[in-house]
Amino acid sequence: MFLIPCPFCGQRNEEEFVSGGEARRRPDDPASLDDAAWADHLFNRDNTKGVVREWWWHARGCRLWFMVERDTLNQAISPAEKPP
Amino acid sequence: MRNALSYHERWSEAWRSPEPKPGYDVVIIGGGGHGLATAYHLARDHGIGNVAVLEKGWLGGGNTGRNTVTVRSNYLRDPSIRFFERSRRLYEDLSATLNFNVMFSRRGQIDLIQTWAKWRDVRRRSLSMALVDAEYTIITPGEIVRRVPLVELDPKARLPILGGAWHPGAGIARHDAVAWGYARAADAAGVDIIQNCEVTGIRRAGGRVTGVETTRGTIMAPRISVAVAGHASVVAAMAGLRLPIETVPLQAFVSAPLKPVLDVVLNCPALHVYLAQTDKGELIIGGGADGYTSYAQRGSIHVIEQSVAALIDLMPRLGRVAMLRQWAGMIDLAWDTSPIISTTPVGGLFVDVGWGSGGFKAIPASGEAFAQLIATGEPPELIRPFGLDRFLRGRPVLETAGASNRE
Amino acid sequence: MSGWRLAEGGRIDRTRPVGFRFDGRSYSGFAGDTLASALLAAGVRVVGRSFKYHRPRGLIAAGVEECNAIVQLVGSEDAPNLPATLVPLRPGLEATSVNCWPSAAFDLGAINDRLARLLPAGFYYKTFMGPAWAHSLGIWPICEWLIRRAAGLGRVPAKLDPRRYQKRYDHCDVLVVGAGPAGLMAALAAGRAGARTVLVDERSEAGGALLEAPKEVDGKPALDWVRQCVTELDGMPNLRRYAHATAFGYYDHNLVGVLEHEPDGTTLRARLRKLRARQVVLATGALERPLVFADNDRPGVMLASAALAYAHRFGAMPGRRAVVVANNSSAYDTAIHLARLGLEIVALVDLRAQPPSKLVTDAQAQGIAVRTGAVVCGVEGGTGVSAALVRSPHSSGIERVPCDLVLMAGGWTPTVHLFSQSGGRLRWDDRQHCLVPGAAVQPVRSAGAAGGSFDLGRALAEGAASGTAAASALGFSPEPVAVPVVPDARPLDLAPIWEVPGRPHGRAFVDFPNDVTAADIRLAQREGYRSVEHAKRYTTGGMAIDQGKTGNLNLIDVLARARGEATAAVGTTTYRPPYTPVSFGALAGQDTGALILPWRETPMTPWHVAAGAVMYEAAATWRRPGYYPRGSEGLEEATAREARAVRTGLGIYDSSPLGKFEIRGPDAAAFLDRIYCTRVRDLREGRIRYGLMLREDGRLFDDGTILRFAPDHFFITSTTGNADAVYAWLERWHQCEWPKLKLWITPVTTRWANAVLCGPRARDALAHVAEGIELDTKAFPFLSMREGHIAGLPARVMRVSFTGELSFEINVPARHGMELWQRLMDAGHDLGITPVGSEANHVLRVEKGYISVGHEADGMAVPDDLGLGRLVDMDKADFVGKRSLGMAAWRAAPRRQMVGLLPEDSRSLLPEGAPIMPEERGRDLLDPIGFVTASCMGPALDRALSIALLEDGRRRIGTTVCLSSHAGGQRARVVDPVFYDPRGARLRA
Repeated sequence: MFLIPCPFCGQRNEEEFVSGGEARRRPDDPASLDDAAWADHLFNRDNTKGVVREWWWHARGCRLWFMVERDTLNQAISPAEKPP
Repeated sequence: MRNALSYHERWSEAWRSPEPKPGYDVVIIGGGGHGLATAYHLARDHGIGNVAVLEKGWLGGGNTGRNTVTVRSNYLRDPSIRFFERSRRLYEDLSATLNFNVMFSRRGQIDLIQTWAKWRDVRRRSLSMALVDAEYTIITPGEIVRRVPLVELDPKARLPILGGAWHPGAGIARHDAVAWGYARAADAAGVDIIQNCEVTGIRRAGGRVTGVETTRGTIMAPRISVAVAGHASVVAAMAGLRLPIETVPLQAFVSAPLKPVLDVVLNCPALHVYLAQTDKGELIIGGGADGYTSYAQRGSIHVIEQSVAALIDLMPRLGRVAMLRQWAGMIDLAWDTSPIISTTPVGGLFVDVGWGSGGFKAIPASGEAFAQLIATGEPPELIRPFGLDRFLRGRPVLETAGASNRE
Repeated sequence: MSGWRLAEGGRIDRTRPVGFRFDGRSYSGFAGDTLASALLAAGVRVVGRSFKYHRPRGLIAAGVEECNAIVQLVGSEDAPNLPATLVPLRPGLEATSVNCWPSAAFDLGAINDRLARLLPAGFYYKTFMGPAWAHSLGIWPICEWLIRRAAGLGRVPAKLDPRRYQKRYDHCDVLVVGAGPAGLMAALAAGRAGARTVLVDERSEAGGALLEAPKEVDGKPALDWVRQCVTELDGMPNLRRYAHATAFGYYDHNLVGVLEHEPDGTTLRARLRKLRARQVVLATGALERPLVFADNDRPGVMLASAALAYAHRFGAMPGRRAVVVANNSSAYDTAIHLARLGLEIVALVDLRAQPPSKLVTDAQAQGIAVRTGAVVCGVEGGTGVSAALVRSPHSSGIERVPCDLVLMAGGWTPTVHLFSQSGGRLRWDDRQHCLVPGAAVQPVRSAGAAGGSFDLGRALAEGAASGTAAASALGFSPEPVAVPVVPDARPLDLAPIWEVPGRPHGRAFVDFPNDVTAADIRLAQREGYRSVEHAKRYTTGGMAIDQGKTGNLNLIDVLARARGEATAAVGTTTYRPPYTPVSFGALAGQDTGALILPWRETPMTPWHVAAGAVMYEAAATWRRPGYYPRGSEGLEEATAREARAVRTGLGIYDSSPLGKFEIRGPDAAAFLDRIYCTRVRDLREGRIRYGLMLREDGRLFDDGTILRFAPDHFFITSTTGNADAVYAWLERWHQCEWPKLKLWITPVTTRWANAVLCGPRARDALAHVAEGIELDTKAFPFLSMREGHIAGLPARVMRVSFTGELSFEINVPARHGMELWQRLMDAGHDLGITPVGSEANHVLRVEKGYISVGHEADGMAVPDDLGLGRLVDMDKADFVGKRSLGMAAWRAAPRRQMVGLLPEDSRSLLPEGAPIMPEERGRDLLDPIGFVTASCMGPALDRALSIALLEDGRRRIGTTVCLSSHAGGQRARVVDPVFYDPRGARLRA
């Protein structure tokens, strides 16, 4: 049970959050992707061993969705800025 | 017996520890149950004995040595039922096949029914499983208590037990023995099992694999088979392949040994806990996965607390029984929670990954089918639905039933 | 000395004798004893039997590492598998030894010891199989039955634990684990600096190793110094001290699990603290390491430090005549102290050829004969040591030295469990020959023996330094802490010899509780189980109840020598939580009964219960009426009656659990147009539209209604089961993908109670109570909303229907829900209003051919599969799931489509879930072409009907299919799934 830095509430126990998985942007124009590229977006993941950028939802708190950088080897975690 | 009288000085090595050769016909990455079983079947069924199994640590040391040893086939979708029932049957004869006691104990499993949605789900599974003659029948709460007197029936309970689903073919096996048995048999058939050999790169030329870079040098092979758990994405990335997989921690724990008190595998899907008692007397208990990706082989204590709370709710007399040891494995969860046994867009590269929490029970059938795929290039019918192309083709095998409700 | 109790000394209260029973016999000890010390003082030598061979075993240790004296408490304290060393003696305590029958002293299972040659490590992998024919007759299952009954230690208590458990979250600046010399200093330093400090110790009193051996600190008895420290610590407002509390697990981000044992002494069995510390100091001490020689498991062979602990702390002497065997200098002080307390030390066998001469003369001055370079190669005696077999370097024979106690001093093993669990690497210390903490990855420091500093002076200094450093790291400004003065310690000068060559084929135990011998480990190595993990798993060494606290390092040592490699090259196994076992009761805490999964109820629940409704959870932890039986009705009769009432007259349904959300803001419509595949933008104010949400893969996620209040204000509903998921979904798309859209999402599921009047008489009933709402269908058409008052309550009335009948869904603020329900019941009384549960609601939707998320929409179906393609607006620029609907391969046949089934036998329900086969190809194909999703007796059609998902289902309409034979083999005609009122005239009435 690690601590997650909620940008609004501060550090809180992991139990209060729901993971949103690795931070990927939805393509701005899905129609421009061919079928294979769209399937890649839908299903495949980097699943990085090391530092990942990912979404969390403070479901049992302020209900903010936010991004962190977390090391999947040791749970070292720090706030990340939202993508532009 | 003869060995006993000679003070066991003459037992020979279960497997050799050879130096890797410069090249093989097939290199299998991952010396767990899946990799070893695949090597065994390549040699036995297809006459391909020039095979190396590369293991970065000690064989059987990944999820093969960390799971909760359950073997069952009570799945939801028809292809899954067919596959896991085949595997379950192979387990029944595995000790004789390998001449090594894997201690398969066909003691049956009870899935508790505590919601009406689960009742419907069980009926569906029961009828689907009947197509492959796998028994899965509904039993009464009284029958549950007769089989598991530890369970307390409380009509006022938060989730009263409405009934159970009895899966008599299910059982447990000794996880280490499965790895060792296959290792011994594969080694005897000429397979080189190379431990402490971590793959660091996959060589390719012209869209095909040619070999692997390892911590013990380069090993060439025209066919490379990935049979790893907890690192599927990392290994696939070495060949430039992205997989529909996320790696998450799955925890388990055992009690200290107790006198026999549980003769079946007991599963409580509503509260996410299941348990069995090993021959040694330990209760071995598993629950839900942690809710984040990780490669750390450790989990969060609140997940254990939830599993234990469910356990105590069902069996309050376990209150003073103690957790002796807890651990976590890293499981590779595919997008649709079904495995991927498949050729890949990279020529000569095969994958047997994404087993989630179900890898142990799949070992015999997976080894058999994956070996055939590698040997012939064609998937046998049993694993055809589990190809990697199923996502692009829009044919996932979604093993989690949608939440049922009546609106 | 009276019996085995010393005349004086020890931290026991000799004025308070305590009677107890062990293995059926009565004994007496004193307040302050543990069960172990009381048994020792009572002269009980055999306290347990080993796991496999059932060899008699005595106490080996005095603390957590005890692995032989595992007892079952009986009576009201019934509990299995407790080390006697951790059971405080209390009046009436009754215990039995485990794994033996009838008692530890006389155990019939000891026959296994005679058969030991047949039962080496791993024997069960190679035996119990027999030839294939025997296997098929089930030899293994019979063997397994026998093994299971012979295995296992204690038994599950017959009764519920009468005491309670608690859990707490806890926080501090500095957590100090261990209240021995290093821990006390660390706590003093951190506490004086002003840090919020917690000091945890597993023993009931502070002092650690100082409790167990006579020492001096600052020129006075060590325990005087301890008392002085405790007084100061307990006076600090910023410091909490948890005694009799075990730090058992070290998790991520400095979360430490602490288990307080019986913290209030009466009603609480245990309290689990999840303690988040900003800095941790581990002062967890060290355990003495046993030696490996033949029959080293005989009762009377114990750790030297344990013997001194019993004598010094409990006034209980474990023997009369002792042989000490040692590979290091610490044994000399131990032996001298024991001699002073009255134990005759007949020999100190030093495995080292040339120990420091000062040591030898000191021992001799105490009358102890020292034999250097000698070994103890075995012991005699079955249920108790009668002699040690000593071989000296310059004599060829083996000397038999009569004694009743053999004390092992094999050096010290730092207690690195918590450090290792924290993720820190362990390092093999070549000088001290033990594993010590290496680089830390969390904010944690080790001090004293836990870090490999075994001498008292260094432990005190490191404790002070660690406490100071921890406080400084947090920004406190600690004053320098004076370190007390202690006499110079002797260096250990340990010789790395643990296994002593003994008699050939004598059994020298490495892991006592699991009966693993040095020969077993060598056998495993020969068979190829060379890695430490393989050897461990093959022999089961280190996997017993003590989790290898005594045996692990000796196992590694024996293996390393067998492999001819350095210990460091062999490596070690992982230390997993918990440090000592944690009861399931404590881990569950108060999260039992109703608290395990809180449920929700609607405001009308008391009415439903009073009306005799059968309440259960249909979805998402809402407890609601399934049906309302009258008289002797069962589920089917009641459901049929309720459903008929809706078709022919008037029903009322509590639909409050429906997920409800307000979406408000200038971009609300644009947002919903992206969320739903259905068109939202052109929805007029006051009107309602049925809409579908897809997942990004194009499959149906949820369905519900969209109501537009105003250009910038919507009210949407989701299915009950998905309400939480839909909320997370909406927020995610808004916050993560389209944060520039201006809108708010407010979940209002429980803010509104909602009752549905449904059936042809619904309007008549509503007319009695509606104010300010015109009800005729021109003024208030289907799929529209009116605000007004119902029975005097402010209400939103919506014309939507989940049953296919004329329906009014009346929403009122939740606090008015009960009143609304009662007034509607009154208003419908003369019309025969019938309350309807979720079962009847299900039947009605099946007959009408409405989908249910979770049944037909099972995660695989796209809208077209369910006949809902008309609700997808492909003209919109984009919506969630749109791109996937265009995937060429996905659109290719065959797809499973929703159809209706009419069984040939109109009175026979098709089983839900039944596999469906094409009639022409037989009943038991492995690949069914679909399955039955829902079945019911149609209340209007008065016949059995089903909905199914069928491959190319719409093309098969008009054909006949059949069920698998296990499902009954019934034949059924494939029809359109809308069985009832296909033109929707009734719901628009």
